[in-house]
Amino acid sequence: MSLISCNALSVNIANKQVCENLSLSINAGENWAILGMNGCGKTTFLHHLAGLLLAQSGVIYINEKPLHALTRKETAQQLSLLLQSQEDHFPGTVLESVLIGRHPHLKSWQWETDSDKQLALDTLTAVGLDNFSERAILTLSGGERQRVALATLLVQQANIRLLDEPVNHLDIHHQHEVMKLLTSNNENTANVFVLHDVNLATRYCDHALLIYADGTTRHGICTEVLTEKYLTELYQYPLHETRHNQRRWFMPG
Amino acid sequence: MRSATFIVLLASISIVLLIGSLFIGSVPISLQAVWFSLVEPTNPDASRIVTELRLPRSLAAFATGALLAQAGALMQVLVRNPLADPYILGVSGGAATAVLIGMLLGFSSAFGLTGLAFIGALVAMFLVFIIAHQNGNWTPTRLLLTGVVIAAGWGAAISLILTISPATNLHGMLFWLMGDLSYSYSVSFAFSALIIGLLLSMLLSSQLNVLIRGDKLAATLGINLKQLHIKIYILASLLTAAAVVQAGTIGFVGFIVPHLIRLTGLTDHRLLLPAATLGGGILVLIADTAARTVIAPQQLPVGIITALIGIPLFLFLLQRNARQ
Repeated sequence: MSLISCNALSVNIANKQVCENLSLSINAGENWAILGMNGCGKTTFLHHLAGLLLAQSGVIYINEKPLHALTRKETAQQLSLLLQSQEDHFPGTVLESVLIGRHPHLKSWQWETDSDKQLALDTLTAVGLDNFSERAILTLSGGERQRVALATLLVQQANIRLLDEPVNHLDIHHQHEVMKLLTSNNENTANVFVLHDVNLATRYCDHALLIYADGTTRHGICTEVLTEKYLTELYQYPLHETRHNQRRWFMPG
Repeated sequence: MRSATFIVLLASISIVLLIGSLFIGSVPISLQAVWFSLVEPTNPDASRIVTELRLPRSLAAFATGALLAQAGALMQVLVRNPLADPYILGVSGGAATAVLIGMLLGFSSAFGLTGLAFIGALVAMFLVFIIAHQNGNWTPTRLLLTGVVIAAGWGAAISLILTISPATNLHGMLFWLMGDLSYSYSVSFAFSALIIGLLLSMLLSSQLNVLIRGDKLAATLGINLKQLHIKIYILASLLTAAAVVQAGTIGFVGFIVPHLIRLTGLTDHRLLLPAATLGGGILVLIADTAARTVIAPQQLPVGIITALIGIPLFLFLLQRNARQ
């Protein structure tokens, strides 16, 4: 079943075309990578899928319902978005920050229950931040802060997860831990990753959307779309494919 | 629960201070006399001082502080800057200008003046937002700076009104403006505004917790940004207007109090808002009691005392933020 899809979607930012007449469908269990050069509009495209920005034309469907017909709260129960950077202007603890992810599931007068708290603590453990729950958010390192944001997204328990550079600030160990966490046991969930590392895309994703600097796009299954030819065109820089341990790797020339 | 205990503690301190403030003043009044003046007045002089001067004034001080602290806490969320305050952003200035125009034209009812103050506060906040938001993306710092400049503009407008006002009104206007609570209008009016304001902001409190994490994150977590922004905007303006009508432009309460409450570890707005309300009441009550006793029988406007606390704290925090 299609969790999120777009039909004839055209997106523009500041007179620059990001995609035109794009139709694609993302199903439960799929992991999509969005690749492209800096400034090509990957983040903008993701924000359109999340309903934060209004597309020039075309319709986005979430669980087969048009996105514009849903309230923000209904959307938030089904779709989550990891932002590229986090804003922290006010003090607070890690646990408080993660519990914010439960907001779409609570009534306005309801307090988080013990099971919400337990979920938050378990999720913190899953992202490698056990014992961090009482730490002040403003004292965390970039990578730790990023994993708090991931935990916040995970406790939202939406079945569509849009992730803008989820491995930003993470060391190699945590990059793979996080990618494994997100892509394992996700039969009912769809992930859409904006990535800069082609090798993370080939390893963890099954589909890819390439956004070219000229506003054209290409999408399909990774084995067909992530090739030397297409990636070299995409990055305007030579990439060579090698094989190691039955995996494809791309090395910059 | 630790935080609930803290709120009960603040409430108890408020009551003790409200009662305590009845004993303090230029005329010494005994415990007995205060008690009798409240239950069955025997000494008419003492009784008048307590029930007609000290009690309404203390209540007005408490209500004003509570209104300002609540308005400050709301504005800080709206502009996502813990340094925001109705005085610093020029919202008090806009409300005060409107009230002074009203006074000049001969308005005297608390209701009419609050209406004017509300319009003034809305205009002031709208101006700051429009100017700071012009290119679609504003940083909280830019908004704060715009607020400070517009506040200076209101200051000039106030000077102009005072210059053209008849001398007979001048002393009262000036003292009201600087936060003199002896001129305060209707106490019951201020308390109604306070209670309604607190109830309405408590309804928004869980959404405020989400909004402080940023507009985009709040939107992805199900917040209708435009609606929430407008609600906070109107509520903060109303609270500021009610406070300004009580006691002019008392500065810095709206930023000192929520900040101190956050330092105690209370950052959840469902608890922060009631705590800040009580804390604001306590601060202005203490400041006002000091203002009418330190050089008694001469009285100081309470705004001077809050500025003495607020300005160093503000500069200290600004410097610390710059270093981070």
